[in-house]
Amino acid sequence: MNQAPLGRACAAVLRRDLTLAWRRRGDIAMPVLYALIVTTLFPFALGPENALLQRIAGGAVLVTVLLAMLLALDGMFRSDIEDGSLEQLVLAPQPLALMLGMKILAHWLTTALPLIVIAPMLASMLQLPAAVMPVMLLALALATPMLSLLGAVLVALTAGTRRSGMLLALMLLPLCVPVVIFAAGALAAAQQGLPWIAPIAWLGAALALALVLAPLACAAALRIALDA
Amino acid sequence: MSSWIPLWLHKLGSPPTFYRFAGKLRPWMLALAIVLGLVALYGGLVLAPPDYQQGDDYRIIFVHVPSAWMGLFIYGVMAVSAFIALVWRIKLAEVVAMESAPIGAAFTLITLITGSLWGVRMWGTWWTWDARLTSELVLLFLYLGVIGLYHAFEDRRQGARAAAFLALIGIINVPIVHFSVNWWNTLHQGATIRLFGPSTMSGSMIWPLLTMMVATKCYYVFSLCSRVRADLLALESGKDWVRQIAAGETAR
Amino acid sequence: MTVATPPLLAASALSFYRQDEPVFGPLQFELHPGQLALVEGDNGSGKTTLLRVLAGLLHVGEGELFWRGEPLRRDHCAAEIVFLGHQLGLKGDLSPRENLHIAAGLHGARDGMDPARALLDVGLAGYEDEPVRRLSAGQKKRAALARLLMIPAALWLLDEPYANLDRHGIALVNRLLEGHVAAGGAALVTSHGAVSFHGGEPQRIRMHA
Repeated sequence: MNQAPLGRACAAVLRRDLTLAWRRRGDIAMPVLYALIVTTLFPFALGPENALLQRIAGGAVLVTVLLAMLLALDGMFRSDIEDGSLEQLVLAPQPLALMLGMKILAHWLTTALPLIVIAPMLASMLQLPAAVMPVMLLALALATPMLSLLGAVLVALTAGTRRSGMLLALMLLPLCVPVVIFAAGALAAAQQGLPWIAPIAWLGAALALALVLAPLACAAALRIALDA
Repeated sequence: MSSWIPLWLHKLGSPPTFYRFAGKLRPWMLALAIVLGLVALYGGLVLAPPDYQQGDDYRIIFVHVPSAWMGLFIYGVMAVSAFIALVWRIKLAEVVAMESAPIGAAFTLITLITGSLWGVRMWGTWWTWDARLTSELVLLFLYLGVIGLYHAFEDRRQGARAAAFLALIGIINVPIVHFSVNWWNTLHQGATIRLFGPSTMSGSMIWPLLTMMVATKCYYVFSLCSRVRADLLALESGKDWVRQIAAGETAR
Repeated sequence: MTVATPPLLAASALSFYRQDEPVFGPLQFELHPGQLALVEGDNGSGKTTLLRVLAGLLHVGEGELFWRGEPLRRDHCAAEIVFLGHQLGLKGDLSPRENLHIAAGLHGARDGMDPARALLDVGLAGYEDEPVRRLSAGQKKRAALARLLMIPAALWLLDEPYANLDRHGIALVNRLLEGHVAAGGAALVTSHGAVSFHGGEPQRIRMHA
């Protein structure tokens, strides 16, 4: 008898989730389309003045990406709970936190990464100066994994409930306030030509912490939510 | 259970004992809350001198500040009992954590309302993105998340455990939010007029404030006792001690 | 029965409560390697709950579980237990072969066993690469049963394995159980239906409703 090695187990979970996402490619496009539509609405609501749009561009893109991710977050574990795959994952002789970490990684790759890819386009629709673009991408690259990790913990907590969409938003909002503040703070500083490294460093530190703790918290939350 | 927990505390953790204990404690706490509250209001609204800068407007702090303290204090109590509930699976701790949440949310709401009332007089607007008010708003959302999650589950104990976990995540989040909101506030605007500056407080203002603080704590204990008693009856409705109470009620 | 080795799984005064209402128990049983146990009881007597407790999905209410004579610890025995519940744990968008690959990745595989052989054994030859959602209920069940052949586990916990299966399917479950027991494995099975188990008289665990 062979015990499955850890690396192979991680690869199996990651490959499974990526294959599943690929088989339903249409779902990957949804958050991207949503972000595109929301961004299009801003000029209609605020007027097409370049100066005004430029001022809000950074924050608007951040909040749009966050909302688009929130839209996709709900589905992170749902199908796995419905067909019993999550039970099998919990029962597998592998560290659950690590397996969930792989699921979170797959989720980030399939929802956040496409959003980061189109973020420069969204930003230029709102006239964000090209010089700020790298800072925005850096901020998004640090902020979106944070949201995936924090969101995964909360999704795991709501795993035992039927309705979770609005509740998830209510639970996630207080947690993502600091993330939004620092990511947008870095963008605002860069736009004003001020040093932006401090908020980025804070985001990076928080991400490092979340990378370690969130999968553990996610595993604990899932065990609570399934224990019924 | 570890031996370092005193026996009486261990006994108090059993629902029927706590039910009786809370029943005895409740009227005393209510009486104390009313008496101290009236004394504090008299001291704050009548005896304390008007502020040289804000006139009589500052007097709202006798409600605002104790409520703000209670909002945080109750979150702390909730987090501690949530921790106990998760680690030792004690039913009473689950109930205390879950029944604290609405009380804490109410105090936080009072803080926000009185803060914005004061804002109308001082800033001329109902809402300003002041660091403290923003932190209070986030605290309210944390409370609402815990309450919402608790009620989303069909199994109440499971809901309590999930919400307790959320409360623990929240307690880590509170200082982070406070820090980030302060940082954000200094980034976007200068310091605003403080509602409550320590240097301007005289003794005649401090004692009503502290009295009110004790009064709100007593009210919290009273309210918690009532809510926990009702919850315990519902949770333990099949148990003998509840049947006995029900039989006693109908006999009367 | 005189057995020198301790039982694979033993329960002493095991019971489970939901909202303070007892769901089952107290139960007392021992399951030795090479033994099959049938869990019997009416609907709502807690058969599924018992299996979920044994699998580790639910917290033990009261009482104790022992694994090979030692108090049971999940990290020690997770690799040796496989659970098959009402929800089959198959991804509808993946083929049976891909589903088995994932199971093998998580749990490991028996020596000399590969997904193609396991699927052949459960009679799914020709359906290996069809998405599971296009299979019939009985075929899905067979795809889930293939996991039992694939994963190296000493204890099988099967909740209603005969549901949705035709006569040949029922015979297949019995054949799998006999093979497993003959190889020194043990199994706990819940079922309403008759079990025509040939490898000796199975142990019976009665749930009191």
